[in-house]
Amino acid sequence: MLARRFGDFATAEDAVQEALLAAATQWPAEGLPDHPRGWLIQVAYRRMIELVRGEAARRDREDRAARRDGDDRRTAPAADEPLTADRDDTLVLLFLCCHPTLSTPSAIALTLRAVGGLSTAEIARAFLVPEATMAQRISRAKQRIRSSGLPFRMPAEEDRQARLAAVLHVLYLIFTEGHTASLGDDLRRVDLSEEAIRLTRAMHGLLPDDSEVAGLLALMLLTEARAAARTGPSGELISLAEQDRSRWDTAAIAEGTALVTRAMARGPVGPYQLQAAIAALHDEAPTAERTDWPQILALYEVLERLTESPVVSLNRAVATAMVHGPAAGLATLEALAADPRLTGHHRLDAARAHLHEMAGDRDAAARHYRAAAGRTTSRPEHEYLLMRAARLANPH
Amino acid sequence: MLLMQFSAAGTDFPSIDTWTPEEIRAHIGFMGDVNAKLVADGEFVQGEGLGGPQQARIVRAGENGAPVVTEGPFAETKEFLAGWWIVDCETPQRAVEIAAHISTAPGPGGRPLNMPIEVHPVMSAPSQEL
Repeated sequence: MLARRFGDFATAEDAVQEALLAAATQWPAEGLPDHPRGWLIQVAYRRMIELVRGEAARRDREDRAARRDGDDRRTAPAADEPLTADRDDTLVLLFLCCHPTLSTPSAIALTLRAVGGLSTAEIARAFLVPEATMAQRISRAKQRIRSSGLPFRMPAEEDRQARLAAVLHVLYLIFTEGHTASLGDDLRRVDLSEEAIRLTRAMHGLLPDDSEVAGLLALMLLTEARAAARTGPSGELISLAEQDRSRWDTAAIAEGTALVTRAMARGPVGPYQLQAAIAALHDEAPTAERTDWPQILALYEVLERLTESPVVSLNRAVATAMVHGPAAGLATLEALAADPRLTGHHRLDAARAHLHEMAGDRDAAARHYRAAAGRTTSRPEHEYLLMRAARLANPH
Repeated sequence: MLLMQFSAAGTDFPSIDTWTPEEIRAHIGFMGDVNAKLVADGEFVQGEGLGGPQQARIVRAGENGAPVVTEGPFAETKEFLAGWWIVDCETPQRAVEIAAHISTAPGPGGRPLNMPIEVHPVMSAPSQEL
């Protein structure tokens, strides 16, 4: 809200933080005000004016703000005034933090800081980099927004879909980053998957009619539902087929399934809804054997046409094998191997290994598992792939 | 991960203990600037310079797991690790750019050493659903 009024994101953020600090020191002593949010905004607003006025270097910005707003906009709102602008402000802030001019790591850091409200130290810990590094990342991102002169307002209608896609992509990346197993378990580490779900849930609340926002939230819930079962006691990955399904979170599955069902009925159907629908089919199967593979294959075929992603094509090949047998799956894989985007990609070797194993060709399977292990940059996947190869070589 | 690994085959400049103080100062100053810039760019994760090979030891477990220490120098290995950086970059190409810049650290006469820098990916990517 302050950012919109002053057109100055960084100062607004400082002001809000100071207001929160004031609240933290005053409220315990003096009790909660009647309208805590209004109180915060008033304090932040006053701090904002002080901050904006207090620095000669910022005077020109004050002039700009004054020129942009009429006199009626330059009085602080009454503390009990309903805040209709809030909804748009959070959205605009998300659009700004995920702007395409920012690098992906910067967009992620800024989103967690400005919208998620995490501290720089927490974000640094989550990404396992020193706090100074993360602080620089965030301040450069703010600087970039400032120098590019991006206005604090809703993107124009014709840009909105593309800009929304950028926001969803950043939220999705924050979610997958939460699945990075780090060396040692740092209990103080923020759970990024939870944070991504929280932000996406808020976004879904702001745009309840957007089917892809609902699809992304569903995908996250349906994936996170398996979190407890996807790693073993020492952090080793357990494949979907071998997971203990009694450890899946049925409440999250129910919520995600309902979300994606409603979203797809409303449409338009997009990639996040399709991925969520596939996750729902996996989650609904009482055993791996009873998975509805024909339905999953059909969804992958649609997803492949929509995204042209080579990784989706690999998944389609595996689904083909589950429906039509490993030979059909391998034939599909061979057709994909010519794609330069898959050359040297560990997932191609992993898929080959998996299908050779299905076909009973242990040597070929072990060979491809080892090749995949040599190419992945994910430690848990590396160990998983080596383990699969070792199991084939030493059957018990 | 960027490794500053020296070997008899890959390095063609005199050992740092034969340089003049100014040359050593310029070299250390360059490395300091490299680190400061990596932090400013939000890419620095970690970096250390290591003691020379004469200070290194090889340790193996012997009887009952007690350490058996072999002294340097490592005349027979002809290869030693002088230091490393861990950087967090958007692309592998960016890591290569940083390595190329480090490679130009000044040596005797202020000329760039063009020393070999090994670039290794650190296992850190998120694991995918299997």
